[in-house]
Amino acid sequence: MANALVFIDNPGAALKKSSLELLTIARSLGETAVAITGELTDDVAATLGAYGASAVYQPSLANLDEYLVGPKAAYLAAAVDASGATAVLLDNSPEGKEIAGRLGIKLSAGVITDVVGVEADGTAHKSVLAGSYTTTAKATTPVTVLSVKANNVEPAPVGATAVPTTTTVDVPADAAANSARIAARTEKPVSGRPDLSEARIVVAGGRGVDGDFGPLEELADALGAAVGASRAATDAGWIGHDAQVGQTGVTVSPQLYISAGISGAIQQKAGMQTSKVIVAINKDAESPVFEIADYGIIGDLFKVLPQATAEIKKRKG
Amino acid sequence: MEETLKIVVLVKHVPDAQFDRHITGPDNTTDRDESILSELDEYALEAALQLAEERGGPKAGNEVIALSMGPSGAVNAVKKSLQIGAYSGVHLSDEALAGSDAAATSLALAAAIEHLSADGRPVDLVLTGMASTDGETSLVPAQLAERLSYPQVTFASSLEVSGGQVRARRDAGHFSETVEAGLPAVVSVTDQINEPRYPNFKGILAAKKKKIASLTLSDIGLDPSQVGLAGSWTVVESADARPPRTAGTIITDEGDAGIKLVDFLAAQKLL
Repeated sequence: MANALVFIDNPGAALKKSSLELLTIARSLGETAVAITGELTDDVAATLGAYGASAVYQPSLANLDEYLVGPKAAYLAAAVDASGATAVLLDNSPEGKEIAGRLGIKLSAGVITDVVGVEADGTAHKSVLAGSYTTTAKATTPVTVLSVKANNVEPAPVGATAVPTTTTVDVPADAAANSARIAARTEKPVSGRPDLSEARIVVAGGRGVDGDFGPLEELADALGAAVGASRAATDAGWIGHDAQVGQTGVTVSPQLYISAGISGAIQQKAGMQTSKVIVAINKDAESPVFEIADYGIIGDLFKVLPQATAEIKKRKG
Repeated sequence: MEETLKIVVLVKHVPDAQFDRHITGPDNTTDRDESILSELDEYALEAALQLAEERGGPKAGNEVIALSMGPSGAVNAVKKSLQIGAYSGVHLSDEALAGSDAAATSLALAAAIEHLSADGRPVDLVLTGMASTDGETSLVPAQLAERLSYPQVTFASSLEVSGGQVRARRDAGHFSETVEAGLPAVVSVTDQINEPRYPNFKGILAAKKKKIASLTLSDIGLDPSQVGLAGSWTVVESADARPPRTAGTIITDEGDAGIKLVDFLAAQKLL
């Protein structure tokens, strides 16, 4: 009988850091089980054991990826039943939140999204209104469903490791009946940089970049950072819409956020103000971004960024 | 000519994100005094109007209904929607709804949509924005779809409806996807799908003649205990304003700011 069930959608060949974080949080709640979709490799099974999972559940159907959300939520509901878990943890991606939402209705369970920390009794900490408030919230139902943001705990394996047991869970036959079907899917080109939402460091550019993200990309690569952008830059077509940080784009909370040529309108600020350290570079000394920057440089990003990139490369040897 | 559609657009009255927003009261709910139509809902309304216009608009029998749930001020989101072009409006309001979480909100909205289908013409499509700009949980469309047993298509960046099927493009995460679902369906649209129209003078005048139906819980067959704080499955125990960020060191580049920046990052152990 598990206390916590972690959902990992298609773990692939190796678990992502965000999955290891979920496992680390789950362990603090008690006995941990994992529900996966897709293939379970020996390596992944061993890692799950190393992070304290005692049981792994797999769906009886292999085609859950052909549909949006619905069948995965139905599978997960069955896995909660099978495991007896009272807390379910998912990642905070759009799909993670939607699965959490549908699962909550299926189980009559309270759902809390955008969680940054969980206490042993299931109380969740989150930040709301674009990071201007922190709240504690709790489900009043027997089962709690939590979608947890990345980068809030350090993943830690347990000392002793055992390979978890594996069990197949029957997915209800009608699970796909009222679901949208994915007719075509193409993978987007991979940049080789970390995911914007999970990156430890983000370098973001705005109107002041004037169409040339080159200096930002070079700095990002020297720092191992993701590249982000303001809405002005994505609307201008200088960079893909996926890179947009802000209210209508990705919300990021990295260790370091470097803002270059972004004035810092509230739309942008909403997406990045919970970053640990904010650095801003802008030609205009009156830019609002300087009001929230830990380190501000009034200057030309086309001079400052390449100089910083060269200096980092020099120091890193 | 395509089949006509009955579309419900969910519109939300949210605190204006241009100003400071607050959480108040013993139940830690959001202060909605300075509220506006959620910007992201305008894209859903535009998508609904385009689908209806392709099919001959109101004269051909299409319906575009703006539905808002919330206290008296929420009627402003409906009025604004009517000015932009929605054909009719519905305001679901009841004291017992105050403090509803996503689960309770989706229950009330599902009951309202079933009520709107009860006139003999079922709703074909429920359109929403990609998120509200206040609660930001993005749970309501998924939970509404689950309660209605409708398929959900979220984050649509294009949308076509034909032959009782929705076809949408999504650019979520690492994939570009084309997804299909049968009607009725819940679809949330992104801010990439269209360029919302502004209300013009004619629209503002026309809106005065459009009907806003008021619904209470008893109209939609719910008991007060099923919604609001009583019917919610989550409780916000505390809310603390995050200390505002303060400005740190600001320097003017004198030719070595790049080096100084790296010194700062090294001192913060960020390299």
